[in-house]
Amino acid sequence: MTMVAENETTAAPGTIPAPSVKPPMAMLAELTHRCPLACPYCSNPLEMTAIKSELKTEEWAEAFKQAAAIGVLQIHLSGGEPASRRDLEELITAARDADLYTNLITSGIGLTEKRLAALDERGLDHVQLSLQGVTAESADEIGGYKGGFDRKMAVAGWVEKQGIPLTLNAVVHRRNMDRLEETIALAQQLGARRIEVATVQFHGWAAANRAALMPTQDQALRAREIVNEARERLKGELVIDYVPADHHAKYPKPCMGGWGSTGLNITPDGTVLPCHAAQTIKGLNFDRFPEKSLRDIWYDGDAFNAFRGFDWMQEPCRSCDRRGKDFGGCRCQAMAIANDPYATDPVCSKSPFHAELVAAAEADSHADASELTYRVSPR
Amino acid sequence: MTLTAITEADTPFLPRGVRTKFDSVRDIWVLLAPERAVKLDPIGAAILAEVDGTRTLNEIAGGLAAKYNAPVDQIKKDAGAFLMSLIERRMVELR
Repeated sequence: MTMVAENETTAAPGTIPAPSVKPPMAMLAELTHRCPLACPYCSNPLEMTAIKSELKTEEWAEAFKQAAAIGVLQIHLSGGEPASRRDLEELITAARDADLYTNLITSGIGLTEKRLAALDERGLDHVQLSLQGVTAESADEIGGYKGGFDRKMAVAGWVEKQGIPLTLNAVVHRRNMDRLEETIALAQQLGARRIEVATVQFHGWAAANRAALMPTQDQALRAREIVNEARERLKGELVIDYVPADHHAKYPKPCMGGWGSTGLNITPDGTVLPCHAAQTIKGLNFDRFPEKSLRDIWYDGDAFNAFRGFDWMQEPCRSCDRRGKDFGGCRCQAMAIANDPYATDPVCSKSPFHAELVAAAEADSHADASELTYRVSPR
Repeated sequence: MTLTAITEADTPFLPRGVRTKFDSVRDIWVLLAPERAVKLDPIGAAILAEVDGTRTLNEIAGGLAAKYNAPVDQIKKDAGAFLMSLIERRMVELR
């Protein structure tokens, strides 16, 4: 998922002082970790929240109110599968009552035509439907759920019938990247206004599947060409957002638009995170809602302040003229590969770990691995 | 569908899932769309305030010219370019 923030003003890198803390633009609410699918690249943590620990309806409603009060404009209702929550209808009402733009991020499983009509009536603004592949066979193999693809196609039809704007979220990797053109064509066919082509980010569950899913460099280059061509051809018809495979990049992505600068995540039990993988960083203290208010957590929480500004940086980030552009890249990746969350993201060509990262990605992309390790649902 | 340039006889509107909101925390107008929040400057906000799905670009520019005492041709050009940039991002449609 890309962040929603679109700052229309950007200053020249290297010439700006560290920015002061601004209000958050978006909040990702992981309503539950339950999900009928078992995608091997799931972004949920390896250790998932049990049903009994999930926040209650009223607690989520209060979180939405507090989020709006500190500046959040858009709420992304996600999971797991948000439709696994029986109170999803009430949660959408609560989000709209808080005057939030309400986005449902779903696999489609658990939605019926009737339920979608009810969500529509309650003011749902937008649906983002995940896509695992362009054929039932390939998609259901990745999702680990037979019949999932056909169901999704039905859900997309109901979304279109209700008139709710649709985004297709196509997660791409070595096994399906060669069918990117068909994926984009499917989005058009389903009447989607937008498609997000997101290369698997190899954290969490995906890390166990690197050898099976890592795209080759040729695939990544070709995907970029296809996206660029389609963007031009489909301007005004289909918006295409592309999250590249950063293992093939020269500079890191500005993860989350800068740590603690634009968005926050809440896990099913109310733990508030600067990014969904932040719990992989050892030594950070995460606050929990409702024990603390979202305002206190956003402005004063240890985890949120850990990588704000430039003072935490080491060389080569500290003196780099790109530091205001990519903020040193992904902290979770620095943790995973350099074993130091303060290090330069190893995706950066200036990182001493860059060569190692590239070699590992190259080796994994040519590995003869077909076994997938699927995510396991919480109890 | 081929994207064609907006003409002064076109009537722009915000499609479902796109709306403006006054953001009282930041004290600015914003345009909310699928997975996008665009901060509007005062000119952008003024143009979108006139986009009601019934008036043509010609009428919108005329209204803004009178309101801000500015040359109508310049406004037509600026508003057209601004709306076109939103049409390309599927945040505005025409009828």
